Amino acid sequence: MLTAREVSMIIEGIGGTLWMVLMSVLFGYILGLPMGILLTVTGKDGIRPNAAVYKVFDVISNIFRSIPFLILLLLVQPLTRLILGKSYGATATIVPLTIAAAPYIARMVESSLKEVDHGVIEAAQSMGASNWTIIFKVLLTEARTSLIVNATIATNTILGYSAMAGACGGGGLGDIAVRYGYHRWQPDILLITVVLLVVLAQIFQMTGMFISRLVDRRRVE
Amino acid sequence: MEPIIKIEHLCKEFKLKEMDVHALNDVSLDIYKGDIYGIIGMSGAGKSTLVRCLNFLERPTSGNVVVDGRDLAQLSGKELREERKSIGMIFQHFNLLMQRSVVDNVCFPLEIAGMKRSEARKKAMEYLEIVGLTEKAKAYPVQLSGGQKQRVAIARVLASDPKILLCDEATSALDPQTTKSILQLLKEINRKFGITIVVITHEMAVVQEICSHVAIIDQGNLVEHGKVEDIFSAPQSREAKRLIYQGFEKVAEMKGKRCVRIVFAENSSFEPVIGNMVLTFKTPVNILYANTRDLDGVAKGEMILQLPEDAETGEKMIAYLKNAKLSVEEMEDYESVHRIGGAQGGREEGDEAC
Ligand SMILES: Nc1ncnc2c1ncn2[C@@H]1O[C@H](COP(=O)(O)OP(=O)(O)OP(=O)(O)O)[C@@H](O)[C@H]1O
Ligand SMILES: [Mg+2]
Repeated sequence: MLTAREVSMIIEGIGGTLWMVLMSVLFGYILGLPMGILLTVTGKDGIRPNAAVYKVFDVISNIFRSIPFLILLLLVQPLTRLILGKSYGATATIVPLTIAAAPYIARMVESSLKEVDHGVIEAAQSMGASNWTIIFKVLLTEARTSLIVNATIATNTILGYSAMAGACGGGGLGDIAVRYGYHRWQPDILLITVVLLVVLAQIFQMTGMFISRLVDRRRVE
Repeated sequence: MEPIIKIEHLCKEFKLKEMDVHALNDVSLDIYKGDIYGIIGMSGAGKSTLVRCLNFLERPTSGNVVVDGRDLAQLSGKELREERKSIGMIFQHFNLLMQRSVVDNVCFPLEIAGMKRSEARKKAMEYLEIVGLTEKAKAYPVQLSGGQKQRVAIARVLASDPKILLCDEATSALDPQTTKSILQLLKEINRKFGITIVVITHEMAVVQEICSHVAIIDQGNLVEHGKVEDIFSAPQSREAKRLIYQGFEKVAEMKGKRCVRIVFAENSSFEPVIGNMVLTFKTPVNILYANTRDLDGVAKGEMILQLPEDAETGEKMIAYLKNAKLSVEEMEDYESVHRIGGAQGGREEGDEAC
């Protein structure tokens, strides 16, 4: 059986993982949402096409998405140290996680917003709606179900990355899995952390799907 | 009187990789306040492009659109948005916000105008009452039928108090019964609020039902325009004839024979005219087709007569009928006109021909 110390360590690990993941999702959306909107709006079929702006953000997002997460983690260490004063532990991992998540989220947002029926956008334009109104009252609201589904997927992707960050002293459950499960070969702890990660992923998934269905008015009751 | 919409030498080109599409060639048209103006033509003729130029959803390549004295091309972005608030538009696929309830859809233009929420709701309910959907206020678009969705779209458009209403195939996705009721609603709106309506359609029946005027577009060109009554009685262009003769497709006997189409106000006594004609010339005529059509509430009769083989008697009969103040039209090009329509297998498949 686990000792009391190990139990409290695992509970702390859950807290660390949740903290890392949720903060990264938050910061990821703070950066990625506007970027996704910009990609949609300036795209070829957008409401304000601008090939140059689109290209810049297109390239940025492609570059960051093509760097493997572990490499990115090492690459941004100096930046992390600059922002937080240290480059290990759960909080420090938020920096590379955010940088990895933002361009990915931007793409997800872009694909959600592109699903909005062009006719509805045109109807809004014919009523004299400004582009800002169209972004907030048509694009984001009409696409909300898809945005939430994609946020769920993004959260679980970040959860996966956060466990990977454990290998480099990233904190949270992944860190425990690597230190106890691998270096000290304590299979019970390894198993527990893996189960906990799976359960977390399930909880995120179910919550996301529940909310997305809750806000969707396109279903016949 | 100044027209409320003045279209001057309008051209629209779409530059595609392979080629340039001339969707509109030098179209000029005046639409006056209170008109219900039909724009009719085959698929791909440029109808949608034309109507989208009227609120600058599409920017013309050249030419002017002057709405209520303002040249749209001269307006800044902000002024154009302001102007659009007085030019409503409804669409074939309704284009409602699917995540908003019916009443909130109607509130949308009011929100854009910056109206307070409680006030907007009150106003929205008034417009829902006009279109007869009060009890559906809290429903969502997905729960409505096509006709109901179009009613919501109409209430939404009315909420911004427009001077002009553009309808792009607004009834094309609806069954005949629902089409009739939506057209009646449009007519009512035109009468009650004095809103000028531009109706895009590919169905002559829609034009007959509600329009006061009609313009016929063929391959980007305006081929004929005027009062529905005049064009119906005496179509000049081949395209106009084709649209009006659509109903005669079943009259097979007409092929290869000399026929005339006569149009009369239903209450005019055409029967004695024809009876007397037969007596005068001592030659029988064959009535191939007779019908009455409702033109904007006025009943019009039409009849297709087969004239005798003898050319001279035929000429005299035409003169006789004209003399009796009936509108007479020789249908010699019926066959060629019909062949054009027939070869394309009807109007829906007309696409490729352009
Ligand atoms: N955005 C566009 N880009 C390129 N070509 C276009 C565009 N919009 C329309 N066209 C072309 O312009 C022509 C006129 O199209 P338009 O949509 O105005 O026809 P329409 O009369 O409304 O036809 P329908 O009855 O099928 O709606 C067509 O040849 C069409 O392919
Ligand atoms: Mg069209």
